[in-house]
Amino acid sequence: MNNTLIIGQYVPGDSIVHRLDPRTKITIIFFFVFIVFFANNVAGYSLLTVFALTCMLTSKVPIRFIIKGLTPVWFLIVFTFILHLFVTKEGTVILDFWIFEFYSGGVVQGFAISIRFFLLILVTSLLTLTTTPIEITDAIEDMLHPLKRFKFPVHELALMMSISLRFIPTLMQETDKISKAQASRGVDFRTGPIRERIKAIVPLLVPLFVSAFKRAEELAMAMEARGYQGGEGRSKLRELKIEKRDIFVLILFILVVAGLILARMYG
Amino acid sequence: MDITFENVTYIYQQNTPFAHKAIDDLSFQIKSGSYVAIIGHTGSGKSTLIQHLNGLAIPTEGKVSIGSYHLSKEEKPKDMKELRSKVGVVFQYPEHQLFEETVAKDIAFGPQNFGVSEAEIQNRINEITSAVGLDESLLERSPFDLSGGQMRRVAIAGVLAVKPDVLVLDEPTAGLDPRGQKEIMDMFYKLHQDQGLTTILVTHSMEDALKYADHVLILNKGTKYMEGSPEEVFSQKEALQRVQLDVPEIVQFLDEFQERFGTSIPFKKQSVKELAEAIQQQIKGAEST
Ligand SMILES: Nc1ncnc2c1ncn2[C@@H]1O[C@H](COP(=O)(O)OP(=O)(O)O)[C@@H](O)[C@H]1O
Ligand SMILES: [Mg+2]
Repeated sequence: MNNTLIIGQYVPGDSIVHRLDPRTKITIIFFFVFIVFFANNVAGYSLLTVFALTCMLTSKVPIRFIIKGLTPVWFLIVFTFILHLFVTKEGTVILDFWIFEFYSGGVVQGFAISIRFFLLILVTSLLTLTTTPIEITDAIEDMLHPLKRFKFPVHELALMMSISLRFIPTLMQETDKISKAQASRGVDFRTGPIRERIKAIVPLLVPLFVSAFKRAEELAMAMEARGYQGGEGRSKLRELKIEKRDIFVLILFILVVAGLILARMYG
Repeated sequence: MDITFENVTYIYQQNTPFAHKAIDDLSFQIKSGSYVAIIGHTGSGKSTLIQHLNGLAIPTEGKVSIGSYHLSKEEKPKDMKELRSKVGVVFQYPEHQLFEETVAKDIAFGPQNFGVSEAEIQNRINEITSAVGLDESLLERSPFDLSGGQMRRVAIAGVLAVKPDVLVLDEPTAGLDPRGQKEIMDMFYKLHQDQGLTTILVTHSMEDALKYADHVLILNKGTKYMEGSPEEVFSQKEALQRVQLDVPEIVQFLDEFQERFGTSIPFKKQSVKELAEAIQQQIKGAEST
Protein backbone atom coordinates (compact mmCIF):
# COMPACT_ATOMS: atom_id res chain seq x y z
CA MET A 1 0.00 0.00 0.00
CA ASN A 2 2.84 2.40 0.73
CA ASN A 3 4.32 1.86 -2.65
CA THR A 4 1.23 1.80 -4.81
CA LEU A 5 -0.30 4.84 -6.40
CA ILE A 6 -3.73 5.85 -7.47
CA ILE A 7 -4.00 6.08 -11.23
CA GLY A 8 -3.90 9.71 -12.25
CA GLN A 9 -2.97 11.01 -8.82
CA TYR A 10 -2.07 14.70 -9.04
CA VAL A 11 1.61 15.37 -9.72
CA PRO A 12 2.56 18.89 -8.71
CA GLY A 13 4.22 21.05 -11.36
CA ASP A 14 3.99 24.42 -13.02
CA SER A 15 3.89 23.62 -16.70
CA ILE A 16 1.42 25.45 -18.91
CA VAL A 17 -0.84 22.39 -18.71
CA HIS A 18 -0.84 22.66 -14.93
CA ARG A 19 -1.57 26.36 -15.01
CA LEU A 20 -4.46 26.27 -17.48
CA ASP A 21 -7.83 27.11 -16.04
CA PRO A 22 -9.45 23.80 -15.04
CA ARG A 23 -12.55 24.80 -17.00
CA THR A 24 -10.46 25.05 -20.15
CA LYS A 25 -9.07 21.60 -19.54
CA ILE A 26 -12.45 20.06 -18.81
CA THR A 27 -14.04 21.68 -21.86
CA ILE A 28 -11.29 20.44 -24.12
CA ILE A 29 -11.50 16.93 -22.74
CA PHE A 30 -15.27 16.92 -23.01
CA PHE A 31 -15.09 17.68 -26.72
CA PHE A 32 -12.03 15.53 -27.23
CA VAL A 33 -14.04 12.49 -26.10
CA PHE A 34 -16.49 13.17 -28.94
CA ILE A 35 -14.09 13.99 -31.69
CA VAL A 36 -12.03 10.89 -31.03
CA PHE A 37 -14.96 8.98 -32.47
CA PHE A 38 -15.11 11.40 -35.37
CA ALA A 39 -11.70 10.46 -36.75
CA ASN A 40 -11.90 7.89 -39.49
CA ASN A 41 -8.61 7.98 -41.35
CA VAL A 42 -4.86 8.09 -40.87
CA ALA A 43 -4.71 11.88 -41.11
CA GLY A 44 -7.40 12.29 -38.45
CA TYR A 45 -5.83 9.84 -36.03
CA SER A 46 -2.39 11.34 -36.51
CA LEU A 47 -3.71 14.80 -35.77
CA LEU A 48 -5.34 13.65 -32.54
CA THR A 49 -2.30 11.65 -31.51
CA VAL A 50 0.00 14.60 -32.11
CA PHE A 51 -2.31 16.79 -30.06
CA ALA A 52 -2.47 14.33 -27.15
CA LEU A 53 1.28 13.69 -27.17
CA THR A 54 2.00 17.43 -27.28
CA CYS A 55 -0.16 17.92 -24.22
CA MET A 56 1.62 15.07 -22.52
CA LEU A 57 5.09 16.43 -23.27
CA THR A 58 4.30 20.03 -22.30
CA SER A 59 2.82 18.84 -18.99
CA LYS A 60 6.31 17.65 -17.99
CA VAL A 61 4.81 14.81 -15.98
CA PRO A 62 7.48 12.08 -16.01
CA ILE A 63 6.66 9.68 -18.87
CA ARG A 64 7.57 6.69 -16.72
CA PHE A 65 4.85 7.81 -14.39
CA ILE A 66 2.21 8.17 -17.09
CA ILE A 67 3.01 4.73 -18.43
CA LYS A 68 2.71 3.30 -14.94
CA GLY A 69 -0.70 4.89 -14.62
CA LEU A 70 -1.74 3.30 -17.90
CA THR A 71 -0.60 -0.21 -16.94
CA PRO A 72 -4.00 -1.49 -15.87
CA VAL A 73 -5.55 -0.43 -19.19
CA TRP A 74 -2.83 -1.76 -21.49
CA PHE A 75 -4.47 -5.12 -21.12
CA LEU A 76 -7.81 -3.73 -22.26
CA ILE A 77 -6.25 -2.05 -25.26
CA VAL A 78 -4.43 -5.17 -26.39
CA PHE A 79 -7.50 -7.28 -25.75
CA THR A 80 -9.71 -5.05 -27.94
CA PHE A 81 -7.15 -5.22 -30.69
CA ILE A 82 -7.04 -9.02 -30.64
CA LEU A 83 -10.81 -9.27 -30.46
CA HIS A 84 -11.16 -7.20 -33.59
CA LEU A 85 -8.55 -9.25 -35.30
CA PHE A 86 -10.65 -12.36 -34.82
CA VAL A 87 -14.19 -11.16 -35.33
CA THR A 88 -14.02 -8.53 -38.09
CA LYS A 89 -14.57 -10.05 -41.51
CA GLU A 90 -14.01 -7.10 -43.82
CA GLY A 91 -11.48 -6.32 -46.52
CA THR A 92 -9.16 -8.93 -47.94
CA VAL A 93 -7.80 -12.02 -46.25
CA ILE A 94 -4.21 -11.29 -45.31
CA LEU A 95 -3.41 -14.40 -43.36
CA ASP A 96 -4.96 -17.84 -43.39
CA PHE A 97 -3.90 -19.86 -40.39
CA TRP A 98 -5.40 -23.18 -39.39
CA ILE A 99 -9.15 -22.50 -38.89
CA PHE A 100 -8.69 -18.72 -38.64
CA GLU A 101 -8.73 -16.18 -41.42
CA PHE A 102 -7.41 -12.74 -40.64
CA TYR A 103 -8.83 -9.89 -42.69
CA SER A 104 -7.11 -6.59 -43.38
CA GLY A 105 -10.26 -4.88 -42.08
CA GLY A 106 -9.70 -6.52 -38.71
CA VAL A 107 -6.20 -5.11 -38.39
CA VAL A 108 -7.36 -1.63 -39.37
CA GLN A 109 -10.41 -1.73 -37.10
CA GLY A 110 -8.47 -3.15 -34.20
CA PHE A 111 -5.82 -0.54 -34.58
CA ALA A 112 -8.33 2.30 -34.80
CA ILE A 113 -10.23 1.22 -31.71
CA SER A 114 -7.06 0.70 -29.69
CA ILE A 115 -5.78 4.13 -30.65
CA ARG A 116 -9.08 5.68 -29.59
CA PHE A 117 -8.92 3.91 -26.28
CA PHE A 118 -5.36 4.94 -25.71
CA LEU A 119 -6.01 8.59 -26.58
CA LEU A 120 -9.07 8.80 -24.36
CA ILE A 121 -7.27 7.38 -21.37
CA LEU A 122 -4.14 9.41 -21.95
CA VAL A 123 -6.00 12.69 -22.16
CA THR A 124 -8.33 12.07 -19.24
CA SER A 125 -5.50 10.91 -17.01
CA LEU A 126 -3.56 14.03 -18.01
CA LEU A 127 -6.42 16.04 -16.54
CA THR A 128 -6.19 14.40 -13.14
CA LEU A 129 -2.40 14.29 -13.26
CA THR A 130 -2.12 18.05 -13.72
CA THR A 131 -5.19 19.36 -11.89
CA THR A 132 -5.83 19.16 -8.17
CA PRO A 133 -9.15 17.59 -7.21
CA ILE A 134 -10.17 20.89 -5.66
CA GLU A 135 -9.63 22.72 -8.95
CA ILE A 136 -11.72 20.14 -10.76
CA THR A 137 -14.50 20.54 -8.24
CA ASP A 138 -14.42 24.32 -8.50
CA ALA A 139 -14.57 24.08 -12.28
CA ILE A 140 -17.49 21.67 -12.20
CA GLU A 141 -19.39 23.86 -9.78
CA ASP A 142 -18.79 26.85 -12.01
CA MET A 143 -19.73 25.07 -15.20
CA LEU A 144 -22.91 23.58 -13.74
CA HIS A 145 -23.95 26.96 -12.40
CA PRO A 146 -26.64 27.54 -15.06
CA LEU A 147 -28.48 24.47 -13.76
CA LYS A 148 -29.19 26.33 -10.54
CA ARG A 149 -32.16 27.91 -12.21
CA PHE A 150 -33.77 24.49 -12.34
CA LYS A 151 -33.26 23.99 -8.61
CA PHE A 152 -30.35 21.64 -9.20
CA PRO A 153 -28.24 21.63 -5.99
CA VAL A 154 -24.99 22.61 -7.68
CA HIS A 155 -23.24 23.99 -4.63
CA GLU A 156 -24.18 21.05 -2.42
CA LEU A 157 -22.98 18.65 -5.08
CA ALA A 158 -19.66 20.45 -5.32
CA LEU A 159 -19.36 20.51 -1.55
CA MET A 160 -20.00 16.79 -1.36
CA MET A 161 -17.41 16.20 -4.02
CA SER A 162 -14.77 18.29 -2.36
CA ILE A 163 -15.40 16.76 1.05
CA SER A 164 -15.10 13.25 -0.38
CA LEU A 165 -11.95 14.18 -2.25
CA ARG A 166 -10.52 15.81 0.81
CA PHE A 167 -11.03 12.65 2.84
CA ILE A 168 -9.77 10.07 0.37
CA PRO A 169 -6.13 10.44 1.48
CA THR A 170 -7.21 10.48 5.12
CA LEU A 171 -9.18 7.31 4.60
CA MET A 172 -6.24 5.67 2.87
CA GLN A 173 -3.91 6.62 5.71
CA GLU A 174 -6.40 5.28 8.18
CA THR A 175 -6.72 2.03 6.25
CA ASP A 176 -2.96 1.70 6.21
CA LYS A 177 -2.71 2.38 9.91
CA ILE A 178 -5.46 0.01 10.99
CA SER A 179 -4.38 -2.80 8.71
CA LYS A 180 -0.89 -2.51 10.19
CA ALA A 181 -2.31 -2.58 13.71
CA GLN A 182 -4.39 -5.68 12.96
CA ALA A 183 -1.53 -7.36 11.11
CA SER A 184 0.48 -6.88 14.29
CA ARG A 185 -2.26 -8.73 16.13
CA GLY A 186 -1.84 -11.67 13.81
CA VAL A 187 -4.35 -10.94 11.06
CA ASP A 188 -3.16 -12.19 7.70
CA PHE A 189 -4.64 -10.20 4.81
CA ARG A 190 -2.47 -11.76 2.13
CA THR A 191 -2.46 -15.53 2.41
CA GLY A 192 -4.78 -18.30 3.47
CA PRO A 193 -8.10 -19.56 2.12
CA ILE A 194 -10.54 -16.99 0.67
CA ARG A 195 -13.01 -17.52 3.50
CA GLU A 196 -10.37 -16.62 6.06
CA ARG A 197 -9.26 -13.61 4.10
CA ILE A 198 -12.81 -12.27 3.85
CA LYS A 199 -13.15 -12.71 7.58
CA ALA A 200 -9.92 -10.77 8.00
CA ILE A 201 -11.60 -7.71 6.50
CA VAL A 202 -14.01 -7.27 9.40
CA PRO A 203 -11.35 -6.01 11.87
CA LEU A 204 -10.35 -3.52 9.20
CA LEU A 205 -13.79 -2.29 8.14
CA VAL A 206 -15.38 -1.82 11.55
CA PRO A 207 -12.77 0.67 12.82
CA LEU A 208 -12.80 2.44 9.46
CA PHE A 209 -16.54 2.99 9.58
CA VAL A 210 -16.44 4.04 13.20
CA SER A 211 -13.82 6.67 12.50
CA ALA A 212 -15.51 7.85 9.29
CA PHE A 213 -18.77 8.48 11.13
CA LYS A 214 -16.95 10.20 13.93
CA ARG A 215 -15.13 12.40 11.41
CA ALA A 216 -18.34 13.30 9.62
CA GLU A 217 -19.94 14.33 12.88
CA GLU A 218 -16.96 16.44 13.88
CA LEU A 219 -16.80 18.09 10.47
CA ALA A 220 -20.50 18.95 10.53
CA MET A 221 -20.10 20.41 13.98
CA ALA A 222 -17.05 22.44 13.00
CA MET A 223 -18.77 23.79 9.90
CA GLU A 224 -21.80 24.80 11.85
CA ALA A 225 -19.68 26.41 14.55
CA ARG A 226 -18.06 28.54 11.89
CA GLY A 227 -21.40 29.66 10.56
CA TYR A 228 -21.57 27.66 7.36
CA GLN A 229 -25.01 27.89 5.78
CA GLY A 230 -24.79 26.83 2.19
CA GLY A 231 -23.78 28.49 -1.04
CA GLU A 232 -26.04 31.59 -1.01
CA GLY A 233 -23.99 34.78 -0.91
CA ARG A 234 -20.79 32.90 -0.15
CA SER A 235 -17.66 34.29 -1.81
CA LYS A 236 -14.84 32.11 -2.99
CA LEU A 237 -11.32 31.66 -1.74
CA ARG A 238 -10.04 30.54 -5.11
CA GLU A 239 -11.41 32.53 -8.05
CA LEU A 240 -11.12 30.88 -11.43
CA LYS A 241 -9.81 33.18 -14.13
CA ILE A 242 -9.46 32.76 -17.86
CA GLU A 243 -6.01 33.92 -18.96
CA LYS A 244 -4.43 34.54 -22.34
CA ARG A 245 -2.97 31.04 -22.30
CA ASP A 246 -6.46 29.58 -21.98
CA ILE A 247 -7.65 31.48 -25.05
CA PHE A 248 -4.54 30.39 -26.90
CA VAL A 249 -5.01 26.73 -26.07
CA LEU A 250 -8.71 26.84 -26.89
CA ILE A 251 -7.96 28.34 -30.30
CA LEU A 252 -5.36 25.66 -30.85
CA PHE A 253 -7.92 23.03 -30.01
CA ILE A 254 -10.49 24.54 -32.36
CA LEU A 255 -7.87 24.37 -35.10
CA VAL A 256 -7.34 20.68 -34.33
CA VAL A 257 -11.10 20.09 -34.57
CA ALA A 258 -11.24 22.00 -37.86
CA GLY A 259 -8.29 19.98 -39.16
CA LEU A 260 -10.08 16.82 -38.20
CA ILE A 261 -13.23 17.84 -40.08
CA LEU A 262 -11.13 18.65 -43.13
CA ALA A 263 -9.37 15.30 -42.85
CA ARG A 264 -12.72 13.53 -42.72
CA MET A 265 -14.15 15.43 -45.69
CA TYR A 266 -11.15 15.19 -47.98
CA GLY A 267 -9.24 12.25 -46.49
CA MET B 1 15.82 -10.79 21.77
CA ASP B 2 18.70 -8.65 20.60
CA ILE B 3 17.77 -6.12 17.95
CA THR B 4 20.18 -4.77 15.36
CA PHE B 5 19.77 -2.16 12.65
CA GLU B 6 22.54 -2.16 10.05
CA ASN B 7 22.64 0.81 7.68
CA VAL B 8 18.87 0.81 7.34
CA THR B 9 17.26 3.15 4.84
CA TYR B 10 13.52 3.25 4.27
CA ILE B 11 11.88 5.11 1.40
CA TYR B 12 8.13 5.58 1.16
CA GLN B 13 6.63 5.33 -2.33
CA GLN B 14 9.92 4.55 -3.96
CA ASN B 15 10.21 5.21 -7.71
CA THR B 16 7.45 7.79 -7.78
CA PRO B 17 7.60 11.57 -7.68
CA PHE B 18 6.39 11.25 -4.08
CA ALA B 19 9.35 9.19 -2.91
CA HIS B 20 10.27 10.15 0.63
CA LYS B 21 13.24 8.96 2.64
CA ALA B 22 11.94 8.48 6.16
CA ILE B 23 14.97 6.61 7.52
CA ASP B 24 18.45 7.29 6.29
CA ASP B 25 21.38 4.94 6.88
CA LEU B 26 20.50 4.18 10.48
CA SER B 27 22.50 1.74 12.60
CA PHE B 28 22.14 0.85 16.28
CA GLN B 29 21.79 -2.07 18.65
CA ILE B 30 19.37 -2.92 21.41
CA LYS B 31 20.36 -5.57 23.93
CA SER B 32 17.83 -8.14 25.01
CA GLY B 33 16.09 -7.06 28.17
CA SER B 34 16.87 -3.38 27.92
CA TYR B 35 14.41 -0.50 28.01
CA VAL B 36 15.12 1.91 25.17
CA ALA B 37 13.53 5.30 24.64
CA ILE B 38 13.38 6.66 21.09
CA ILE B 39 12.98 10.41 20.96
CA GLY B 40 12.73 12.80 18.07
CA HIS B 41 10.79 15.66 16.61
CA THR B 42 7.54 14.88 14.75
CA GLY B 43 8.41 13.42 11.36
CA SER B 44 11.86 12.27 12.41
CA GLY B 45 10.99 8.68 11.49
CA LYS B 46 10.18 7.11 14.86
CA SER B 47 6.98 5.40 13.77
CA THR B 48 8.61 4.21 10.56
CA LEU B 49 11.49 2.77 12.57
CA ILE B 50 9.30 0.71 14.85
CA GLN B 51 7.40 -0.77 11.91
CA HIS B 52 10.62 -2.56 11.04
CA LEU B 53 10.55 -4.40 14.34
CA ASN B 54 7.72 -6.74 13.37
CA GLY B 55 8.09 -6.77 9.62
CA LEU B 56 5.39 -4.24 8.73
CA ALA B 57 8.12 -2.34 6.92
CA ILE B 58 11.00 -4.04 5.15
CA PRO B 59 14.18 -1.95 4.83
CA THR B 60 14.68 -0.43 1.39
CA GLU B 61 18.41 -0.78 2.04
CA GLY B 62 20.27 -2.43 4.88
CA LYS B 63 19.27 -5.09 7.34
CA VAL B 64 17.25 -5.44 10.53
CA SER B 65 17.70 -8.38 12.87
CA ILE B 66 15.34 -9.26 15.71
CA GLY B 67 16.72 -12.28 17.50
CA SER B 68 17.02 -14.93 14.81
CA TYR B 69 14.69 -13.14 12.37
CA HIS B 70 16.32 -11.15 9.60
CA LEU B 71 14.64 -8.53 7.47
CA SER B 72 16.21 -7.10 4.35
CA LYS B 73 15.46 -6.70 0.67
CA GLU B 74 16.85 -10.18 0.03
CA GLU B 75 15.74 -12.00 3.12
CA LYS B 76 12.36 -12.12 4.83
CA PRO B 77 11.33 -14.46 7.62
CA LYS B 78 9.32 -17.41 6.33
CA ASP B 79 6.94 -17.14 9.22
CA MET B 80 6.10 -13.48 9.70
CA LYS B 81 3.26 -14.41 12.05
CA GLU B 82 5.68 -16.03 14.45
CA LEU B 83 7.74 -12.84 14.54
CA ARG B 84 4.61 -10.82 15.18
CA SER B 85 3.62 -13.05 18.09
CA LYS B 86 7.00 -12.27 19.68
CA VAL B 87 7.03 -8.53 19.04
CA GLY B 88 3.95 -6.76 20.36
CA VAL B 89 3.30 -3.24 19.10
CA VAL B 90 1.10 -0.68 20.79
CA PHE B 91 0.53 1.91 18.07
CA GLN B 92 -0.21 5.57 18.47
CA TYR B 93 -3.87 5.86 19.51
CA PRO B 94 -4.29 2.08 19.69
CA GLU B 95 -7.98 2.46 20.57
CA HIS B 96 -8.61 2.95 16.85
CA GLN B 97 -7.97 -0.74 16.34
CA LEU B 98 -10.87 -1.93 18.51
CA PHE B 99 -13.62 -3.65 16.57
CA GLU B 100 -15.17 -6.54 18.49
CA GLU B 101 -18.58 -6.65 20.12
CA THR B 102 -17.21 -6.99 23.62
CA VAL B 103 -14.08 -5.99 25.43
CA ALA B 104 -13.26 -9.61 26.25
CA LYS B 105 -13.50 -10.65 22.59
CA ASP B 106 -11.27 -7.81 21.51
CA ILE B 107 -8.61 -8.73 24.03
CA ALA B 108 -8.86 -12.36 22.90
CA PHE B 109 -8.47 -11.47 19.22
CA GLY B 110 -4.68 -11.40 19.13
CA PRO B 111 -4.04 -14.61 21.10
CA GLN B 112 -6.67 -16.42 18.98
CA ASN B 113 -4.91 -15.42 15.79
CA PHE B 114 -1.66 -16.75 17.18
CA GLY B 115 -3.24 -20.05 18.15
CA VAL B 116 -3.37 -19.76 21.95
CA SER B 117 -5.83 -22.22 23.52
CA GLU B 118 -9.21 -20.93 24.78
CA ALA B 119 -8.51 -21.91 28.38
CA GLU B 120 -5.18 -20.11 28.33
CA ILE B 121 -6.82 -17.05 26.74
CA GLN B 122 -9.34 -16.91 29.60
CA ASN B 123 -6.49 -16.97 32.11
CA ARG B 124 -4.67 -14.22 30.31
CA ILE B 125 -7.76 -12.01 30.03
CA ASN B 126 -8.33 -12.18 33.78
CA GLU B 127 -4.70 -11.54 34.56
CA ILE B 128 -4.29 -8.69 32.11
CA THR B 129 -7.49 -6.77 32.77
CA SER B 130 -6.43 -6.26 36.34
CA ALA B 131 -2.85 -5.45 35.29
CA VAL B 132 -3.99 -2.64 32.99
CA GLY B 133 -6.45 -1.39 35.57
CA LEU B 134 -9.71 -2.33 33.89
CA ASP B 135 -12.71 -3.33 35.94
CA GLU B 136 -13.93 -6.87 35.28
CA SER B 137 -17.49 -5.63 34.87
CA LEU B 138 -16.39 -3.98 31.64
CA LEU B 139 -15.44 -7.27 29.95
CA GLU B 140 -18.89 -7.89 28.50
CA ARG B 141 -19.46 -4.28 27.45
CA SER B 142 -18.94 -2.96 23.94
CA PRO B 143 -15.54 -1.29 23.64
CA PHE B 144 -17.23 1.62 21.87
CA ASP B 145 -19.22 2.52 24.99
CA LEU B 146 -16.12 3.12 27.08
CA SER B 147 -14.29 6.33 27.87
CA GLY B 148 -11.19 7.22 25.89
CA GLY B 149 -8.89 6.15 28.71
CA GLN B 150 -10.65 2.82 29.13
CA MET B 151 -10.54 2.15 25.39
CA ARG B 152 -6.81 2.78 25.44
CA ARG B 153 -6.40 0.23 28.22
CA VAL B 154 -8.46 -2.34 26.35
CA ALA B 155 -6.33 -1.89 23.25
CA ILE B 156 -3.14 -2.22 25.30
CA ALA B 157 -4.53 -5.34 26.97
CA GLY B 158 -5.17 -6.77 23.50
CA VAL B 159 -1.47 -6.46 22.68
CA LEU B 160 -0.24 -7.70 26.05
CA ALA B 161 -2.52 -10.75 25.89
CA VAL B 162 -0.26 -12.15 23.17
CA LYS B 163 2.60 -12.19 25.71
CA PRO B 164 5.30 -10.84 23.44
CA ASP B 165 9.01 -10.93 24.29
CA VAL B 166 9.57 -7.50 22.82
CA LEU B 167 7.13 -4.72 23.61
CA VAL B 168 7.09 -1.72 21.30
CA LEU B 169 5.19 1.37 22.47
CA ASP B 170 4.52 4.29 20.14
CA GLU B 171 3.59 7.24 22.32
CA PRO B 172 1.32 4.99 24.37
CA THR B 173 0.01 7.70 26.68
CA ALA B 174 -0.57 10.54 24.22
CA GLY B 175 -3.80 12.32 25.00
CA LEU B 176 -4.41 10.74 28.41
CA ASP B 177 -4.80 12.59 31.68
CA PRO B 178 -1.60 12.86 33.77
CA ARG B 179 -2.73 10.29 36.30
CA GLY B 180 -3.66 7.77 33.59
CA GLN B 181 -0.32 8.41 31.92
CA LYS B 182 1.58 7.58 35.06
CA GLU B 183 -0.49 4.48 35.79
CA ILE B 184 0.05 3.09 32.33
CA MET B 185 3.76 3.88 32.22
CA ASP B 186 4.26 2.28 35.64
CA MET B 187 2.32 -0.77 34.47
CA PHE B 188 4.60 -1.14 31.44
CA TYR B 189 7.67 -0.77 33.62
CA LYS B 190 6.46 -3.43 36.01
CA LEU B 191 5.83 -5.83 33.13
CA HIS B 192 9.24 -4.99 31.72
CA GLN B 193 10.90 -5.99 34.97
CA ASP B 194 8.70 -8.93 35.98
CA GLN B 195 8.74 -10.65 32.62
CA GLY B 196 12.17 -9.63 31.42
CA LEU B 197 10.77 -7.90 28.33
CA THR B 198 12.75 -5.87 25.87
CA THR B 199 10.88 -2.58 25.77
CA ILE B 200 11.10 0.11 23.13
CA LEU B 201 9.30 3.31 23.96
CA VAL B 202 8.71 6.11 21.48
CA THR B 203 7.99 9.22 23.49
CA HIS B 204 7.98 12.99 23.55
CA SER B 205 8.29 12.98 27.31
CA MET B 206 11.87 13.46 28.50
CA GLU B 207 10.66 12.75 32.01
CA ASP B 208 9.45 9.29 31.03
CA ALA B 209 12.63 8.59 29.11
CA LEU B 210 14.72 9.60 32.10
CA LYS B 211 12.59 7.69 34.56
CA TYR B 212 12.23 4.36 32.80
CA ALA B 213 14.79 3.93 30.03
CA ASP B 214 18.30 2.63 30.38
CA HIS B 215 19.26 3.64 26.86
CA VAL B 216 18.18 6.64 24.78
CA LEU B 217 18.23 7.08 21.02
CA ILE B 218 17.63 10.51 19.54
CA LEU B 219 16.47 10.64 15.93
CA ASN B 220 16.63 13.63 13.64
CA LYS B 221 15.42 13.58 10.03
CA GLY B 222 15.67 9.80 9.85
CA THR B 223 19.22 9.59 11.14
CA LYS B 224 20.73 8.88 14.52
CA TYR B 225 21.50 12.17 16.22
CA MET B 226 22.59 10.96 19.66
CA GLU B 227 22.68 7.71 21.55
CA GLY B 228 23.65 6.69 25.05
CA SER B 229 22.54 6.38 28.64
CA PRO B 230 19.95 8.93 29.80
CA GLU B 231 22.65 10.67 31.89
CA GLU B 232 24.92 11.09 28.88
CA VAL B 233 22.25 12.23 26.49
CA PHE B 234 20.33 14.55 28.74
CA SER B 235 23.37 16.41 30.01
CA GLN B 236 23.89 17.79 26.50
CA LYS B 237 21.34 20.53 26.61
CA GLU B 238 22.62 22.58 23.68
CA ALA B 239 22.78 19.62 21.31
CA LEU B 240 19.22 18.66 22.19
CA GLN B 241 17.91 22.16 21.75
CA ARG B 242 19.44 22.27 18.29
CA VAL B 243 16.88 19.64 17.24
CA GLN B 244 14.02 21.30 19.11
CA LEU B 245 14.11 18.94 22.05
CA ASP B 246 13.99 19.86 25.70
CA VAL B 247 15.86 18.37 28.60
CA PRO B 248 14.11 16.85 31.62
CA GLU B 249 13.05 19.28 34.31
CA ILE B 250 15.74 18.14 36.68
CA VAL B 251 18.51 18.92 34.19
CA GLN B 252 16.94 22.28 33.54
CA PHE B 253 16.90 22.84 37.26
CA LEU B 254 20.57 21.95 37.72
CA ASP B 255 21.44 24.29 34.91
CA GLU B 256 19.64 27.20 36.48
CA PHE B 257 21.03 26.30 39.87
CA GLN B 258 24.52 26.64 38.51
CA GLU B 259 23.70 29.98 36.90
CA ARG B 260 22.31 31.39 40.14
CA PHE B 261 24.79 30.00 42.65
CA GLY B 262 27.86 29.58 40.53
CA THR B 263 28.46 26.06 41.77
CA SER B 264 27.54 22.99 39.80
CA ILE B 265 26.04 19.70 40.81
CA PRO B 266 26.76 17.05 38.17
CA PHE B 267 23.70 15.29 36.76
CA LYS B 268 23.68 11.64 37.81
CA LYS B 269 20.00 10.72 37.50
CA GLN B 270 19.43 11.71 41.13
CA SER B 271 16.04 11.42 42.74
CA VAL B 272 14.47 14.61 44.10
CA LYS B 273 15.49 13.57 47.59
CA GLU B 274 19.12 12.95 46.65
CA LEU B 275 19.18 16.25 44.87
CA ALA B 276 17.81 18.08 47.88
CA GLU B 277 20.55 16.55 50.00
CA ALA B 278 23.23 17.49 47.51
CA ILE B 279 22.00 21.07 47.47
CA GLN B 280 21.85 21.19 51.23
CA GLN B 281 25.51 20.10 51.41
CA GLN B 282 26.53 22.68 48.85
CA ILE B 283 24.81 25.44 50.76
CA LYS B 284 26.21 24.28 54.09
CA GLY B 285 29.61 24.11 52.52
CA ALA B 286 29.22 27.65 51.26
CA GLU B 287 28.16 28.91 54.70
CA SER B 288 31.01 27.26 56.60
CA THR B 289 33.67 28.89 54.43
N1 LIG C 1 2.63 6.08 4.61
C1 LIG C 1 3.48 7.08 4.34
N2 LIG C 1 3.69 7.48 3.06
C2 LIG C 1 4.57 8.47 2.79
N3 LIG C 1 5.29 9.13 3.69
C3 LIG C 1 5.13 8.79 4.99
C4 LIG C 1 4.22 7.75 5.38
N4 LIG C 1 4.29 7.62 6.72
C5 LIG C 1 5.18 8.55 7.15
N5 LIG C 1 5.69 9.24 6.12
C6 LIG C 1 6.71 10.32 6.20
O1 LIG C 1 7.89 9.79 6.76
C7 LIG C 1 8.45 10.70 7.70
C8 LIG C 1 8.61 10.03 9.04
O2 LIG C 1 7.33 9.76 9.56
P1 LIG C 1 7.09 9.01 10.94
O3 LIG C 1 7.90 7.78 10.95
O4 LIG C 1 5.62 8.87 11.11
O5 LIG C 1 7.68 10.06 11.97
P2 LIG C 1 7.39 10.26 13.53
O6 LIG C 1 6.70 9.04 14.03
O7 LIG C 1 8.75 10.47 14.09
O8 LIG C 1 6.56 11.49 13.65
C9 LIG C 1 7.54 11.91 7.72
O9 LIG C 1 8.13 12.91 6.94
C10 LIG C 1 6.26 11.42 7.12
O10 LIG C 1 5.63 12.45 6.41
MG1 LIG D 1 4.84 8.83 14.99
